[in-house]
Amino acid sequence: MLSDVAKLGTRRSQSKNKGVSMSKNSLCLSIGLAAVLSATPAMAQTEVTWWHAMDAELGQKLEAIANGFNESQDEFVVMPSYKGTYPETLTAAIAAFRANEQPAIVQVFEVGTGTMMAAKGAINPVYSLMTDNGEAWDPSGFLAPVTGYYSDTDGNILSMPFNSSTPIMYYNKDVFEKAGLDRETPPKTWAELETMSRQIMESGAASCGFTTGWVSWVQTENLSAIHDQPYGTLENGFGGLGAEFTFNGPVQVKHWDNLKKWADEGLFQYGGPVGGNDAPPKFYAQECAIYMNSSASRAGVINNAKEFEVGFGPLPYYEDVTNEPKNSIIGGATLWALSGKDPEVYKGVAQFFTYLSSPEVQAQWHQDTGYLPITNAAYELGKEQGYYEANPGTDIAINQITRGTPTANSKGVRFGNLTQARTVIDEEFEALLSGSKTAQEALDSAVERGNVILRDFEAANS
Amino acid sequence: MQTKRTIFPNKWLPYALLAPQLAVTLVFFIWPAAQAVKSSFEREDPFGFRTTFIWFENYSRLFADPGYVNSLTKTAVFAVSVTLLSMSLALILAVAVNRVLKSNRAYTTLLVWPYAVAPVVVGILWWFMFNPTIGIAPYLLRALGVSWNHRVDGNQAMILIIVAASWKQISYNFLFFVAGLQSVPQSLTEAAAIDGAGPFKRFWTIVFPLLSPTTFFLLIVNINYAMFDTFGIIDATTSGGPNQSTNILVYKVYADGFLGLNIGSSAAQSVVLMLIVIVLTAIQFRYIERRVQY
Amino acid sequence: MVENRPWLSLLTHLVLMVGVIVVVFPVYLAFIASTHGGGDFMRGVVPLLPGPHMIENYTQMLTEGISTAGAPPLWRMLLNSLIIAVIIAVGKIAISLLSAYAIVFFKFPFRMVAFWIIFITLMLPVEVRIIPTFAVVANLGLLNSYAGLTLPLIASATATFLFRQFFLTIPDELMEAARVDGAGPIKFFRDILLPLSRTNIAALFVILFIYGWVQYLWPLLVTTDSKYYTVVVGIKRLAATADAEPQWHLVMAAVMLAMLPPVLVVIFMQRLFVKGLVETEK
Repeated sequence: MLSDVAKLGTRRSQSKNKGVSMSKNSLCLSIGLAAVLSATPAMAQTEVTWWHAMDAELGQKLEAIANGFNESQDEFVVMPSYKGTYPETLTAAIAAFRANEQPAIVQVFEVGTGTMMAAKGAINPVYSLMTDNGEAWDPSGFLAPVTGYYSDTDGNILSMPFNSSTPIMYYNKDVFEKAGLDRETPPKTWAELETMSRQIMESGAASCGFTTGWVSWVQTENLSAIHDQPYGTLENGFGGLGAEFTFNGPVQVKHWDNLKKWADEGLFQYGGPVGGNDAPPKFYAQECAIYMNSSASRAGVINNAKEFEVGFGPLPYYEDVTNEPKNSIIGGATLWALSGKDPEVYKGVAQFFTYLSSPEVQAQWHQDTGYLPITNAAYELGKEQGYYEANPGTDIAINQITRGTPTANSKGVRFGNLTQARTVIDEEFEALLSGSKTAQEALDSAVERGNVILRDFEAANS
Repeated sequence: MQTKRTIFPNKWLPYALLAPQLAVTLVFFIWPAAQAVKSSFEREDPFGFRTTFIWFENYSRLFADPGYVNSLTKTAVFAVSVTLLSMSLALILAVAVNRVLKSNRAYTTLLVWPYAVAPVVVGILWWFMFNPTIGIAPYLLRALGVSWNHRVDGNQAMILIIVAASWKQISYNFLFFVAGLQSVPQSLTEAAAIDGAGPFKRFWTIVFPLLSPTTFFLLIVNINYAMFDTFGIIDATTSGGPNQSTNILVYKVYADGFLGLNIGSSAAQSVVLMLIVIVLTAIQFRYIERRVQY
Repeated sequence: MVENRPWLSLLTHLVLMVGVIVVVFPVYLAFIASTHGGGDFMRGVVPLLPGPHMIENYTQMLTEGISTAGAPPLWRMLLNSLIIAVIIAVGKIAISLLSAYAIVFFKFPFRMVAFWIIFITLMLPVEVRIIPTFAVVANLGLLNSYAGLTLPLIASATATFLFRQFFLTIPDELMEAARVDGAGPIKFFRDILLPLSRTNIAALFVILFIYGWVQYLWPLLVTTDSKYYTVVVGIKRLAATADAEPQWHLVMAAVMLAMLPPVLVVIFMQRLFVKGLVETEK
């Protein structure tokens, strides 16, 4: 009823000329919203809708951020709304956009970046949003790998970094000790990982050496970045829609070969569909001693690893390929502002983004969740607070993602329809494990099928 | 198609009766479905900014893709297995419940109850039960000497989704079989018994034919269920893998459309799926309904 | 049964018990999971006996609700699910009875066309028409409303088909007798057909209620106001995490609570089954 009135008011004013009737828009909005928001008496606040995919505890922390902003001022109110998993949230936003019912802010996972960037008419890019609304905007304050990933070719940041992660290695300290290894020393290289896994299995301390989540993201994309190997042409896709995949190079083939060898020997166990969804129980049940996955899994890992102590370490590398492993790449999600809302709303979005990237808020969010601190200031604040000393292993992710000088191969990957490409990689990996293809064949086939997907995206978006 | 011999003569009343359902159907189904069919002839970006008419290209790409042909065969295997398994088990249980007069209600409640588990949760439960690390089923199977790893073995993955999908339908079929059995007049079975027919003979010659309207209904509904409503369970257990061994048609539609945001291809696949089911249904109505005794 | 065959009765009971064990086992598992502490079953084979935390898990779910992350308390979501399920069940049964009646008992132009239009709704998957359906609902201004949540789901044909099957089994003599008595079509429908259909209506009510109860994707899409959340949306929220681990014991407790109303419906509807048995003796 009342909410319908508010919606009618909003919709009518959206179709008018924005510049001319701004005060009329605000009036419409205010009347509608004042009727709806009876909880805030006599306050005509502009509503900023925010669709996200954070549930359970992460969602709670997210709402705390929104509440913090709402309480710090009274002109705007941010209304977060959970819309399902990352794919469901994106689809909901698209459906809403096509029906002119889109939210102001939507959280999109890094895999959807290509899609969002290509949808120029749908987004309100962050860099211009901030400056247009008079908010301070200093891109250099953000973590370099993060901004690199979400900028266009001119270096302008298009979406607001929020929850970024990178994969790290978790290991079972108790099993290490039982196997005769040093509790405090995780393997640094793949060669060490292989020997340690063998020792663990032979000593009977665990029935498997290691497992991994996200075969595509961790064992292929990050592998390529860390070893400075190209993943695709045109700077891994940053240069334009005409890029092609090139991840069937010698290093990737060697690694997939090894994974298959280790799987046959039992040192490595594949964790299930979608490249590793079933891997966590293997680690928690102490079946596998080592586990690679997002740094954001930290809270869950510690919670579920009740009977043993968890250690952390950076991802291993091949020392015969490089002595200076590069940085790992980004995962997680960012916040995109969608176009088509009233200017008032964007003022609120800009102010909210400023609040969001303040050191205190970012440091708190990072420490609570295991996502990376987005700004250098937040990282500094955490250091000042002694957080990293008190919680060993929490700075591994940020150290790993900022180590060395990034190259074109380690900035990350940006391809349209990346979800489908990753599915192809998972399928080819499964074919490899079942013995029906060699590593070279599997990767070649993945590249070939992936390129078809890329050409589709190019055709649909140009 | 079967019709009645005697009918009412009114001219306008049937239209009035049909109006509500037709209205809802036209607005909320036919219109969106037409949009979907239109999309299948186009290529567009997810947000709808650039739409190009590409004739049958989405369709021709489908049939040139070996993955799609694989999907067709997997779907056939899946649909037939699920329908047979769930209908036969449900029928056995319904007949059994019909015999047991006293504890009838308790058994019926227990057997229908699992239908109330939401599909999203069903997937999670099966994930738990069959998870190679923590699941009870692999544990038992290991004791019997079978090594279970449906993440790598495609056949095991198919078995898993067949079992999981059938499970859900057993309750549904059971309920309708029970309802159907109750309209079989007891006088008929009693008369046959007096004539010396044993319980099995009674079942096949009297009960089963009279149950045929229900059976026909369930046949169509089950095939529909297997073809359309099972992507949730697959999503939660195998996600179409390993290596596309459980990638049935409707899951592909979901994965390409929802997850991959490839609207044109997903729409084309749905149209093909719809045509397949329409043909199947038409065949069933023409050839099987003749055997149904009304 | 008619004659006394004890071994057959024994076999029957055996079959039923095995059936119940097989069919109920996953639900039993959910119950077990809801009585243990968090993380107890990601670490080893899932236990088979109930754990000690039943009271505290269930209390936590009922009071705090799934109050993590802005979802309303459980009772509110249960209420939404209840309203939606009832509207869908009653709505579908009502319009399907009318349509099936028209198609079976009358002859008129476009009769078969109407039947197939209705029937086709079974054959196009939801995921594909979901974006256009959303657009239609939004254009009608029905987002965030019970109408928007229920109307598109009433469009399907299962109930019409079932009633058609049943109506075709009604002997012609009944109709002729009614006409001889001077009863018009409406009277026939109300006084004769409806009572005879009672068993089928009961079975359908159970099925459709549960169908409405377990909706996930559509309510997720069509509501942004969390006060319209259904129970299943709330549960999935707990269970499908992007980067963190779900708290299975709480999720399963919510699942068990969410299954209670449908069970009550099943129990209640069974009374109509028995009554139907007595009356359909033609």
